[in-house]
Amino acid sequence: MSVWRIARLVARKDLQIEWNSRVLINQVLPFAGVTMVIFAFALDSDAVLERVAPGLVWLATMFSMLVLVQRTFAIETDDGALDALRVAGVDPRAIFAGKAMGLAVQLLVVEVVLLLAAIVLYRQTVPAGGVVLLVTTLISATCGLAAVGTLYGGLAAGFRGRETLLPLLTLPAVAPVLIGATRAVEAALGTAGAVVSDGWPWVGLLVVFAVAFGVGGSLAFGPLIDE
Amino acid sequence: MPAPVVELIDAVAVLGSFPALAGADLRVEQGDIVLLRGPNGAGKTTLLRLCAGLVPLVRGSGTILGFDVVAQRDEVRRHVGVLGHQNGLYLDLTVGENIRFWGDTVSASTEETSAAMERLGVADRLVDVPVRKLSAGQKRRTALACLVARRAQLWLLDEPHAGLDAVARDELDTTLREAAGAGATIVVASHELERAGSLATRAVDVVAGRVREAEPGSERS
Repeated sequence: MSVWRIARLVARKDLQIEWNSRVLINQVLPFAGVTMVIFAFALDSDAVLERVAPGLVWLATMFSMLVLVQRTFAIETDDGALDALRVAGVDPRAIFAGKAMGLAVQLLVVEVVLLLAAIVLYRQTVPAGGVVLLVTTLISATCGLAAVGTLYGGLAAGFRGRETLLPLLTLPAVAPVLIGATRAVEAALGTAGAVVSDGWPWVGLLVVFAVAFGVGGSLAFGPLIDE
Repeated sequence: MPAPVVELIDAVAVLGSFPALAGADLRVEQGDIVLLRGPNGAGKTTLLRLCAGLVPLVRGSGTILGFDVVAQRDEVRRHVGVLGHQNGLYLDLTVGENIRFWGDTVSASTEETSAAMERLGVADRLVDVPVRKLSAGQKRRTALACLVARRAQLWLLDEPHAGLDAVARDELDTTLREAAGAGATIVVASHELERAGSLATRAVDVVAGRVREAEPGSERS
């Protein structure tokens, strides 16, 4: 069976598990929402919130991603399913791609909800001219985050203390996404006078990051989970 | 004479720098249920993992289902099923969703997947039950149905009775006998010699990384 067919199976299975357990809806989205509210309490200034809203959206996305990655590998390790996949000779590139796709779908849902929260809580507006940049940024940043999250989630899955190891490994690695996606969303929303054309070079960075971690992750994932 | 399902000759495998298998010879024919006996650390689990293509062979030779354990490890893995202390199931999927997932990984048809569920007795009452809610014995049966759905021809079972109550153990034994009758070959590592011995058609002793054929009729002792 082809790598892509197995990858789709793995992604579908992960999304079915999410549908059955409702962890995204009942736990991750409320967590993301509470994070946005806490930011608002902490900064306590409309002017500051309007200026930093894109960065806060991506920070909340990163925190939510850590919860999602923990969850996506917990379902694999609870009863030894990841080992079973490996033992069954399932191509590790397919496992990586499938889990990254499943994670990307869930991250996109989180990001959309966080953007809506920013519009409501931080008084953000999305100008018509920035919609294409905003959507492209969301997709490219999500691909990069999903690739990094899956790679380090797989690495941490085999270790004791993975709950603390995962953020330690992941947050520094996703710093370029945090910076690039924040600048690109600022440009899309026109934050502090930024214009749409300012955002496209950052999207380029996000695409390069996603491709690098996508390709590198798919090659490294097999040896990582075999250890 | 048909080719053996497992044929290991002078197999040496190391864990770190420790020779877990030190020149093991083993031959298993199709339909056999072979019991591996031996104390902790004797090499039983390593022998199972070698047969599954999970441990590299550093000396000697071996074929599993006709595939070379060194050069064709991926092929070996695709055709064997391993069941250890964990079942390899997704707890938030239903029994049916788990079995269909594993069947889909080998493009099994709906009929094949349904037949696997029927054969392991999980087709009716249990098919829509989340695995998280099953008893230990039901989980073990579901895991075996997954092996059937993904067409595993050699079943490698490491302490399969562990954690099961008496009823579930009886059910498991019945299932394994039926599977062997239907053509599966089974290698079981167990410390529960009486129970596993009554199931086995043959027993071998694993001692200090070597395999010795047990006396005929000594399976239960």
